[in-house]
Amino acid sequence: MTIYKGSLKYAMLGVALTLPLSVYAASDEDLSDIRGQIKELKDSYEQRITQLEQRLKEAESRQAETAIVQAQVPVQQPARSATSSVSAYNPAISLILSGTYQNLEQDPSVPITGFAMTPNDHGYTQGFSLQETEVSIIANIDPRFRGEAKLALSPDDGIGVENAFVQTTTLGNGLNLMFGRFFSSLGYLNEVHAHAWDFVDQPLVYRTFWNNQLAEDGVQLRWLAPTDTFIELGAEVGRGLSFPGTSRQKNGVGSSVLFAHVGSDVGVSNSWLAGISLHQTKQENAQFDAVPDLLGTEGGVSNLFNGNSRTAGVDFVWKYAPNGNMRLTNFKLQGEYFRRRDTGTLTYNLTEPDSYSVTQSGWYLQGIRQFKPRWRVGLRYDQLNSGTAQVGFMNAPNIISNYGYTPKRTTLMLDYSPSEFSRMRMQLAQDKSRQGLADTQFFVQYIMSLGAHGVHKF
Amino acid sequence: MKKIFCTLMYILLVAVTAPVHAALEVFACEPEWEALTKELAANKVKIYTATNALQDPHYVEARPSLIARARRAQLVVCTGAELELGWLPTILRESGNPNVTPGKPGYFDASTYVTMRDIPVSIDRSLGDLHALGNPHYHLDARNLLLIAQALSARLVELDPANTAFYASRLEAFKQAWQTAITRWEKLAAPLRGQPYVAQHQAYTYMNAWLGLKQVAVLEPKPGMEPSVSHLAQVLTQLEQTPAKMVVRSAYQNPRPSEWIAGRAKISEVVLPFSVGATKESNDLFGLFDDTIARLLAGI
Repeated sequence: MTIYKGSLKYAMLGVALTLPLSVYAASDEDLSDIRGQIKELKDSYEQRITQLEQRLKEAESRQAETAIVQAQVPVQQPARSATSSVSAYNPAISLILSGTYQNLEQDPSVPITGFAMTPNDHGYTQGFSLQETEVSIIANIDPRFRGEAKLALSPDDGIGVENAFVQTTTLGNGLNLMFGRFFSSLGYLNEVHAHAWDFVDQPLVYRTFWNNQLAEDGVQLRWLAPTDTFIELGAEVGRGLSFPGTSRQKNGVGSSVLFAHVGSDVGVSNSWLAGISLHQTKQENAQFDAVPDLLGTEGGVSNLFNGNSRTAGVDFVWKYAPNGNMRLTNFKLQGEYFRRRDTGTLTYNLTEPDSYSVTQSGWYLQGIRQFKPRWRVGLRYDQLNSGTAQVGFMNAPNIISNYGYTPKRTTLMLDYSPSEFSRMRMQLAQDKSRQGLADTQFFVQYIMSLGAHGVHKF
Repeated sequence: MKKIFCTLMYILLVAVTAPVHAALEVFACEPEWEALTKELAANKVKIYTATNALQDPHYVEARPSLIARARRAQLVVCTGAELELGWLPTILRESGNPNVTPGKPGYFDASTYVTMRDIPVSIDRSLGDLHALGNPHYHLDARNLLLIAQALSARLVELDPANTAFYASRLEAFKQAWQTAITRWEKLAAPLRGQPYVAQHQAYTYMNAWLGLKQVAVLEPKPGMEPSVSHLAQVLTQLEQTPAKMVVRSAYQNPRPSEWIAGRAKISEVVLPFSVGATKESNDLFGLFDDTIARLLAGI
């Protein structure tokens, strides 16, 4: 107990001695610290102020110099300070957010009449739905190459690689080589990404002939003629990645494209671009389900097609803006026509192979008018011709060779863009692409782009 | 058939080889650079101008004709500072002409030779169409053109050394004439000093710094955004407290907002050519500033 008492006493004494002492010591240190800091601050501010005053004086005298004794002004070298951090090498990244509300009277999964052997539903989603989110990453790779990737984040399943290609930058002589996965340069609309479309959806001819857009894994070479008129020739070879290709995995070339574009200005207010394109691929075991037949099989049958698919197209765009000033008002007239011939063997109901060939075509014409800054209105007319098929003797009683129906659609669009980076759109369509199922379709859409500034393509 | 083919090949050959013997081919992004290049190089160059003064240089499309002209260009003269961000990179890439890509002697970015103003501290799209490298409308301070002329002339010499003496004498003559003109303009513009005005777009920062005008408001709520009626009404109330003498816009801009303010605030509306060729009087660089100052003086 005494020991305890004694030690307690010592301890208390110790506490009593050290506590206030340490407090005092600390505050003394702090105070001198603070004083020191204040002094430092004061000194540095004074220093900075004198520096600033000096720089101001210098700047003023320099300004006076440039104004008065400019004759001696030396050629200034580019004096932009380079950002020194590692992030300066980061690529330009942008993100597209898009969503729709769709009000349809008919079931969107019903195929377009006469196009049972193509991607033929409209690809619509009724009600509110998120559209593809697109991430775009672009940068120069080194002095010779430039890379670009566009990743499509589908609203329900994972990431798709929409584009991932490399372009040369130093070939010269008007040559540009591109390799990787890209949207083919055929036609006018094919290269245009969904966020830059003038309507919510692609024209019917793009929907049925190219499954919206022809993507390719391959190589493209373009050559621009050294003339005042824009003349561009190009060729692509690839795997036949997307429809009508069947993404065959074999040595050699699965599909090829040839295209030519010509364009120019007419005065300061008008400019135009016209093109022709040829596409050729081989379809191997292309299977199409739910194909209606002459027997009226419930739910249709499954057919296989093996053969050649050749498509030719023409396209033109005419743009008008008073004095060429796109910002205020402008008008764009655009049209395309595609014609495809499929020749080969059709296996009816996966059992009965015989010869089959058909020529189908489609076109659209659209006009977009920006009637005041930020506001645009558009009208589009679509039409398809399913053609008459030559069906081999064996399959003649089963396969419908002529549907006797012309799919059509008329679309009206109004959009408002508060800035270059945001757009809100309403669209009304009278759809007669499916026989006996006339549909009045109403869409509301938003398209927003975040990050790096996009390009103003023609 | 063979004859036609041979003729076609001959035409192609001529087309490919012809430019080699011709004058230096220049692609000017804006008319002010066409005018300056003409002052410095006269007939030693062949100039194509991508835009005219009635076009908003921020909103130009990579038209086929521009790509075709950039293909053969030996020198591209542009404002830089990201003014042409939406279209020039595409044109240069599509043209397949590696001689005029950034970093090459064939690419002349005039903004690197002047002191930039309005460099934003932070950038975010909510603040509007900001240029990270600063306000790109620096050509409205006539003193800047002297610096650019010097650099551009040096570039012409680098690309076309055979005409060195010619370019040197043209530069000397231009400098003399321009300096005299600056003195004249500064004298002429003396009454403008301290005069309050409203700008439609943040386009006159450099002009203000040079001539001493006092910009008290901007009609665009954020740089590059079209003014809404509610924002214009706000500017109008602001003008009751800090009155302005005039509202100023560039010729290529939407006339509506300026007219709206001018009518309601009972102030004059001044339309500046902004670049060469927008008005009859602004047919060259000297005319551009003569006309700009005359129009401003008429506005106060």
